[in-house]
Amino acid sequence: MLLQIKNLHAGINGKEILRGVNLEVNEGEVHAIMGPNGTGKSTLASVIAGREVFDVTAGEILYHGKNLQKLSIEDRAREGIFLGFQYPVEIPGVSITNFMRTAVNEVRKFKGLDPLPGGDFLRLMEEKKKLVEITSNLTNRSVNEGFSGGEKKKNEIFQMAMLEPTLAILDETDSGLDIDALRIVANGVNKLRRPDNAFVVITHYQRLLDYIIPDFVHVLFQGKIVKSGGKELALELEEKGYDWIKQEQA
Amino acid sequence: MQTEIKEPITQQRFINQFEKNQTFLSANDTPTLAEIREKAFTSFVKLGFPDTSMEAWRLTDLQESFARGYDYLLHPIKELDAQKVFRCNIPHLDTAIIGQLNGWYVSKDVPMMELGNGIIMGSLAEARKKYPKLIEKYYGTMADDAGDGFTALNTAFAQDGVFIYVPDNVKSPKPVQLINVIHHDKNLFLQSRNLIVVGANAKLSLVHCDDSYNHQASFSNIVTEIHVGEHGVMDHYKLQNLNNNSTLISSVFFRLEASAGLESHYISLNGGLLRNNIRVLFNGPNGNANIYGIYLMDRKQHVDNQVFVDHAHPGCTSNETFKGILDEQAHAIFSGHVLVRRNSVKTDARQTNKNILLTDTARVNSQPFLEIYNDDVKCSHGSTTGQLDPESMFYLRQRGIGEESARMLLMFAFADEIVNKIGIPQLRQRIEDMVKKRLQGELQICEQCVLHCSTPEHPMEFNIDISKI
Repeated sequence: MLLQIKNLHAGINGKEILRGVNLEVNEGEVHAIMGPNGTGKSTLASVIAGREVFDVTAGEILYHGKNLQKLSIEDRAREGIFLGFQYPVEIPGVSITNFMRTAVNEVRKFKGLDPLPGGDFLRLMEEKKKLVEITSNLTNRSVNEGFSGGEKKKNEIFQMAMLEPTLAILDETDSGLDIDALRIVANGVNKLRRPDNAFVVITHYQRLLDYIIPDFVHVLFQGKIVKSGGKELALELEEKGYDWIKQEQA
Repeated sequence: MQTEIKEPITQQRFINQFEKNQTFLSANDTPTLAEIREKAFTSFVKLGFPDTSMEAWRLTDLQESFARGYDYLLHPIKELDAQKVFRCNIPHLDTAIIGQLNGWYVSKDVPMMELGNGIIMGSLAEARKKYPKLIEKYYGTMADDAGDGFTALNTAFAQDGVFIYVPDNVKSPKPVQLINVIHHDKNLFLQSRNLIVVGANAKLSLVHCDDSYNHQASFSNIVTEIHVGEHGVMDHYKLQNLNNNSTLISSVFFRLEASAGLESHYISLNGGLLRNNIRVLFNGPNGNANIYGIYLMDRKQHVDNQVFVDHAHPGCTSNETFKGILDEQAHAIFSGHVLVRRNSVKTDARQTNKNILLTDTARVNSQPFLEIYNDDVKCSHGSTTGQLDPESMFYLRQRGIGEESARMLLMFAFADEIVNKIGIPQLRQRIEDMVKKRLQGELQICEQCVLHCSTPEHPMEFNIDISKI
């Protein structure tokens, strides 16, 4: 099993946000996590990625059977966990090229590989740019600086393609995208699907799931996964909203 | 004559010393220059040294520096192997190098060079003798003795320094690199005086380096006057890489005639206490001045940048952008004062100061200040001080970049906004390397000169490639 989350409790500044999350993800699967605002979806993504502002108070996250608790943010990333940010950060002065070269080579170093030669790296960049239809010279600009919402999200998928993670968590990658950008982003994800990797797609809307077909859909509500099902659950949520879930939980 | 006195710095010491040596100091002065000297001495007697009761020195306390005790040299010590001291090499950068050792021009037996195109470069002491009319026309006309006892003291004792003259309509074909090296086996108080004249429609790039050669304490009081004629262009780089026992009071007075342009870059990489007085006077309309600064300080280092821009004529544009990264118990001060006079309409003046504090004990005092006496102006100022952005750190680390490398990337990116304004590509590359080294804690005061840190024979290695940022 790739990811196993057991009774995960986590919070920030003493405020509990996740109240016993259980989730299992196998290689080759796509999971969608849906739910109303403020139920802990982004917190769950951040906690898996190891963000230090959140405290894990109970439970555990196993990745390839190994407890992640003691692993730093960067070591989790190097082990193959990727987080696509809901709000990608603008970093003036750091070019995407250099950012990615540093990232790719640090991951390679972790795996005991030599740095990628400059020419090979640039070829890899060109190849992966095509995957998300980045035609402009985006890569020589500072990371996310002055990018449109669509460019930022494409840039997240581009980075994912460069790093080839085993577990990719996409946090509301569809938010703020027009239909063309949504299609491009979803196509990028679909092309990266392999039998040995998995995706956890966090979204508010069924719309994205027309393009990225999930194997499982989970509803996170008040810090717990309260309902799981197949892709048809997403359609049901789209049609009926979340109120019936809230009522079931009341 | 006594040439070496190791005493604390007091006003009385210098008053005594001046009175005792006045005849010697003014031996080569024309009557005009002797008068300037005499007047400066009177000012110094009146002003003395600044202390923290004065607004402009409130945050920079010199008592500890003063108390150390220093030699003062009225004659240059025998030149070391000057060629060796100044074998300063920026790969692929062709510069004309002139050097100063302990404040004295290093002559290599040629105290004055007259280049074919009319450019004159050499010792100020020599120039006072050889070109008295030229010197009288400019010398002491920019440095203002009224405000600060240090400038008055420098003028009273001025003996040597560098003189550069670029005649009207001449563009200096290569950058001039002026290297001040301090090398003495005892604590040393030194003063040098530089005069740079860029004629109308002329151009000069000047790379001005302050370096220590050893770890001995020093106190430098350096005054530089720079005149830029109508439509002239001055490209000025000030690099400071002194040891932790050094105190540097650097006062640079720029005077820009109509439509003159100035780009000045202050790069402070190391030093015990650095005080930069940067004064810009627009002496005609439509001038333009960009003043950039980057300071990277740690331990108990102290850097104080005081920028004063006098918009005395209409239609001038000034922009100050200073950025700093402060670690451990370092302390930085930025004071930007823009004065827009009553008739200086269509003034455009901007000030920005941004700082990153890496520890709770590092400190910044930032005082942007606009003083405006007419309403047809565009002025802005802004100041921010913070830590490395935790959101950016998380983002970089989530991509597998280690914490240290992520910090380095962010710090370098912050500094690079200033570094990439450097107009000479080879110099920019060199400074980038030095900034990286500094941020990684690897920059040493150089054995030979500040720009000698990396050579093709001894390239620097970085564990992350940030050359293409």
